[in-house]
Amino acid sequence: MAVTPSDADPGVFTAATGTKRRIANRSVIWQVVLLLAIMLVCVFPFYWMVTTSLKTQIVALEAPPVWIFEPTLDNYREALFEDGVLRTLINSLIIAVCTTGLALLLGVPAAFALARFEFRGKKDLWFWFITNRMVSPIVLALPFFLIARNLGLLDKHITLILIYLTFNLPIVIWIVTDQFRGIPYDLDEAARLEGASQFTIMRKICLPLAMPGVAVSAIFAFIFSWNELMFGLILTRSEAKTAPAMAVSFMEGYNLPYGKIMATSTLIVIPVLIFALIASKQLVRGLTMGAVK
Amino acid sequence: MRGQASRKTILAFIGPAVFGLAIVGIAPLLYALWTSLHFFNLTKLRQIEFIGLENYANVLTDEVFWQAMGRTFFLLGTALPLQIGFGLGIALVLHKPGLTILKTLTRLSLVLPMATTYAVVGLLGQVMFNQKFGVVNQLLNGADINWIGDPTNAFAMIIFWDVWQWTPFVALVLLAGLTMVPGEVEEAARLETKSWWTILRHVQLPFLIPGLVAVLILRTADTLKLFDMVFTLTRGGPGSSTEFISLMIQRVGFRGFDQGLASAQAVILLIITIVLAQIYIRVFYKEV
Repeated sequence: MAVTPSDADPGVFTAATGTKRRIANRSVIWQVVLLLAIMLVCVFPFYWMVTTSLKTQIVALEAPPVWIFEPTLDNYREALFEDGVLRTLINSLIIAVCTTGLALLLGVPAAFALARFEFRGKKDLWFWFITNRMVSPIVLALPFFLIARNLGLLDKHITLILIYLTFNLPIVIWIVTDQFRGIPYDLDEAARLEGASQFTIMRKICLPLAMPGVAVSAIFAFIFSWNELMFGLILTRSEAKTAPAMAVSFMEGYNLPYGKIMATSTLIVIPVLIFALIASKQLVRGLTMGAVK
Repeated sequence: MRGQASRKTILAFIGPAVFGLAIVGIAPLLYALWTSLHFFNLTKLRQIEFIGLENYANVLTDEVFWQAMGRTFFLLGTALPLQIGFGLGIALVLHKPGLTILKTLTRLSLVLPMATTYAVVGLLGQVMFNQKFGVVNQLLNGADINWIGDPTNAFAMIIFWDVWQWTPFVALVLLAGLTMVPGEVEEAARLETKSWWTILRHVQLPFLIPGLVAVLILRTADTLKLFDMVFTLTRGGPGSSTEFISLMIQRVGFRGFDQGLASAQAVILLIITIVLAQIYIRVFYKEV
């Protein structure tokens, strides 16, 4: 079925003779093989993560590894309810949702201003936002740790919510500015002639039209915050411990609970995957900050 | 007229974001700057003392710092060509007409590596590359390779995961470039020559350049940032064979407790990043 070239294939038009058709067929077969190989390489580590999470410790430590075994959900049950992974997942969720919300609250008006007004220092502002995307988190982690310690903010949700703004706010401003720019200015103009304030114009006219961009930026902010490890590791201990930090703390000791580690990993990755697949069309644009559309 | 707004209005819109980012983004940097000018050890907090540029002098003459920097760029120099090579191959396969459903599925599967939590990639690496019960050695015909405990192999493993995770990103960026080539131009070229290489070089390459530049700069920044995956996979070891720059600063600051020295290292890293960001902006955002 998939081997037949579609009508869009220019090869079909030129393949008048039998040889040419054979060449075309062979190249289609190659294409199918390559596509399947790409998929296999991308998906296999996932397959291995999920299957390992369904193995008992004894099965997981078999050498060479077994591919067929009786799956069990014990790792999930133990990790979630006995080791406290559930709480760290809830912490991660609270932190990711709050920081995303805050980033939208601060970022959307700023994006509107960047898209609609001319003002001095706009270029510098832009530069500052991009630089934030590229700075290594360790640069901020050192001073933030000392400040949080002095203010008694270690191991508090609010600390991570705030520090995640350093990468969430730029990404929101980025994507939403781009989206606002795409909205015709005539709409603003018409509303202003009727006496609407800039704030009303943003809220009532532009924001509804910019919703796709807002949603995508929210997904990005959520994914980045949910995935983050370093700040979580340095700035939390137990109360506000995030799920990735929890997964790492399983790595201590000699006999590692591999099944449980993979179960926790699966629980961390699943929500990200769902969101990433929803936003898959915008992924490149978001990751390059709009440089590649 | 476009852009007509009072100062107060503009401030009302943009002020909160600037204020927020200044508090979490700039204030800590200033504090890091202050720390970097002091002797500041977490275990000797009574002895904090101004020492001028001594920390910077120490960093700049510190072999360990430059080794970590060299290692970081060596990783970039080995992983990036692989990512571009594979990425270009994948982009060309996806750009070929036909097989719509299969191609859509492939494109979706490319999202998986990119979205995987970096820390989880490292944990997965521990499981898959384990010498005894890892699937990688099994797939290599029951080889008995010590991946995690051997300096060279551990580095190769880090390259593998970096390539696995970021090749899809490069592929999608380049695919976006390929789709920018006007259909008529490409079809005309295909009537002239059958060689895909000629078409790539003379027709498609100009459209790929912006994407390649973006990839180059962003991958450089991301490699300087690289922490989570390596931390969960090797913690920089064995020895210091996979200790990249961000890991090294973390070790000095939080496991060696020398916040002053680590801050100086961080400031130097920040300067490199700012230069990179400048280049990025100059190339891509001329219109702003």
